[in-house]
Amino acid sequence: MKVTILQFPGTNCEYDTQHSFERLGATTEILWHKSETIPADTDLLVVAGGFSYGDYLRSGAIARFSPVMKAVSTYASNGGKVLGICNGFQVLTEAGLLPGALKRNDGLHFISKHHHLKVINNDNIFLKELECGDVVNIPIAHHDGNYYIDEAGLKDLEANNQILLKYTDEKGEIKNPNGSVESIAGVCNKEKNVFGLMPHPERAMENLLGSDDGVKMLQGFFQA
Amino acid sequence: MKAIVNISLKAGVLDSQGKAVHHALDSLHFNNVDDVRVGKQIVLKLDETDKEKAMSEVTKMCEELLANTVIEDYDIELV
Repeated sequence: MKVTILQFPGTNCEYDTQHSFERLGATTEILWHKSETIPADTDLLVVAGGFSYGDYLRSGAIARFSPVMKAVSTYASNGGKVLGICNGFQVLTEAGLLPGALKRNDGLHFISKHHHLKVINNDNIFLKELECGDVVNIPIAHHDGNYYIDEAGLKDLEANNQILLKYTDEKGEIKNPNGSVESIAGVCNKEKNVFGLMPHPERAMENLLGSDDGVKMLQGFFQA
Repeated sequence: MKAIVNISLKAGVLDSQGKAVHHALDSLHFNNVDDVRVGKQIVLKLDETDKEKAMSEVTKMCEELLANTVIEDYDIELV
């Protein structure tokens, strides 16, 4: 299992992501955004979190035009697996690889805390180690995590089982920290090979640090 | 020629910043404000004299980069 992790100017979760996947047994490579190709042996491409280009204009708006992004689009349209975490999710929506957009949090505050999430659909490689309705405890850390999609788009997401996770309390009751439509925390594309979420599973890898619920999530990618 | 691009959230997309500003105006007793929308303005200095060409170029810029048309509307003024 080879995981390639994208790095833009301002990315800051690439080493946590690398550490997490290596702990699970993957080999990894951090790929600078100037590269116009993606290593051929890549099994999973991760767009890591952070503040690419200082979030200038809009979160993810500038990174989306980095040289590497053309290769990312080609990789994804050939069925390659892509995971966008936090800023990576924002980059993938800006690039049109995932539906919707991420707006400023309704409360206007940067939110950084552990939050519970409920698994909504698990008929995909990412969450197949979990059951629908399972509640996981994963940190969130974002200013622009307020997921927006119009009504028609939401219907499509629901019809195709594209909603991955929703923000809830520990019992799985909806609890919305940022104003996201339907409390959505993560989605995938129709083909179910491109995934995006605002919470950080790579920061929930050991109980000592609050939760190891991220292990089951990231492990999904190992049994392709 | 200059192009002034105003970008704001689409009608129907909740503008939390606008709401917060509205609330603050209320608490300052400016009670005659119906609605507040907060947007951003981008001013481009263009090397172009043909208005039509400039308009079509800036429209492309908005569609590709300056605005996210999933959530935002844009308005272009040439001066």
